[in-house]
Amino acid sequence: MESILRLENVSLDYGKQEIIRGANLHVKAGETKVILGPSGVGKSTILKAFLGILKPRQGKIHIREREISRLPERELVRLRLGMSMVFQHGALFDSMTVAENVSFRLREFSLDTREKIQKRVHEVLHFVGLAHTKHLRPAELSGGMRKRVAIARALAPDPGIFLFDEPTVGLDPVNHYNIEQLILKLKKEKQRTMVIVTHDVESACRLADSIVMVHEGRFIFEGTPQQLKTQADPRIRAFWDPGSFAASATKKE
Amino acid sequence: MISPRSRDPEDPVFAVQSKVKMNPFAPLYFFFAEVGDLTRFIGNAVACVFMPPYRKSIARRQMDEIGVGSLPIVTLTGLFMGLVLALQSIVELRNIGATSYIGRPIGTTVIRELGPVLSSIMVAARAGSAIAAELASMSINEQIDALRAEGADPVKKLVEPRLIACTLMMPALTTICDLVAFAGGWLVAINVVQVSSSFYWDSVLEVLTPAFIWGGLVKSTVFGFVIGAVACHSGMKHRLGSSGVGEATTQAVVISSIAILMLDFVLTKIFIMTWW
Repeated sequence: MESILRLENVSLDYGKQEIIRGANLHVKAGETKVILGPSGVGKSTILKAFLGILKPRQGKIHIREREISRLPERELVRLRLGMSMVFQHGALFDSMTVAENVSFRLREFSLDTREKIQKRVHEVLHFVGLAHTKHLRPAELSGGMRKRVAIARALAPDPGIFLFDEPTVGLDPVNHYNIEQLILKLKKEKQRTMVIVTHDVESACRLADSIVMVHEGRFIFEGTPQQLKTQADPRIRAFWDPGSFAASATKKE
Repeated sequence: MISPRSRDPEDPVFAVQSKVKMNPFAPLYFFFAEVGDLTRFIGNAVACVFMPPYRKSIARRQMDEIGVGSLPIVTLTGLFMGLVLALQSIVELRNIGATSYIGRPIGTTVIRELGPVLSSIMVAARAGSAIAAELASMSINEQIDALRAEGADPVKKLVEPRLIACTLMMPALTTICDLVAFAGGWLVAINVVQVSSSFYWDSVLEVLTPAFIWGGLVKSTVFGFVIGAVACHSGMKHRLGSSGVGEATTQAVVISSIAILMLDFVLTKIFIMTWW
């Protein structure tokens, strides 16, 4: 099957600090790929590289077989319109209402008539259970609500590729479940391609077709959730059973 | 942009940076790096101004926030500038028995120098700091990345309207500041040296030649552009944490104030050699 997103020996850095080294990754059309790893290893950085926000120091990034790392900004904008990203803390625009946030791309690029945009906004906000917040500002919402509005904003243009940065972090169990169900629905009913960054290993196994594990800037595992569960590598085992890993580490010391 | 420096002594980049820091010309190097970055940023922003789509509504909102919002502070600055300038002028003019001509030094000084410079510094402190703080907080909360992710150009969306608003509103604010300063001088003139109102205004108008008026307006336009560019540049830099907002705000006010004073010298020299 065709690779929709592809990293070829990509190294990413912030200033002089190297974050990701020599990463190779293939995401096929309709696949849900989960990037798993502890906090601060550069998982979110990979998503920004897919959007062309962060240029790689070396290597190539392909989106729909088009190499994007040296593309001019105008070309990147066209590619970004085929993707939606949900940022870890929502990244909603403070100066706009919830409805304006959700309809941002549709209005910005006049993708539909005003009536259709309003209908779509209501539809996606209703979908995440926040239809009543249309006229509120992001500052008036709780952290979880902001995350759900961010998901609604990503859903509104109905793109082919979704990038989720920790989609369920900070949510209560009901909303955690709802968001997981939403992602599964996008996967099963609409066959959307998704890259999900998380450190929640159980959630990763429920959502993923395949999982990539990042450790200290390198990809140390790629396989199915079942393969991940049987790995003997202590760095991976630590995710399943952090208690015993901490105990063995203390013993070694 | 000068990126955050690594502290690992084995890091070759850190080693190079340490050598640069030990170099006596290091501050000069960092200064020129910053100027180069700012110049590239201004180039991008100016190119955006001339490229469609033109979003007048955002620029209008910014003009309201920057222009109308700065009106009280600029008016107060103008008033006290006029009052103090009149009092100081009286001291000198009394020595040569020319206190009735108090309108002349006030007219010349305000229109050529103090009006554009002081009103611009006040706008830099009020609107420049607000722009830098807003953009820095947007950058820290990933809103600027989110704009890019949504297909929008942050320079077009955030920088262009603020740059247009600062550049267009600054001459208007300076004109108001000048007029209020003349009124402040008039208050002192009629109450302290008992000059008649008509004589005061006649002597002010005598020195207000078109060259001086245009000179003052050109200065304030340039200063407005500098305030907008520096504030946006400071705000859009990649920073971490809430201290980044304070850092951006301080940098915006300090750099734009110094740039205003430096440019004032350069423009005055050019005007004296050409128009004045």
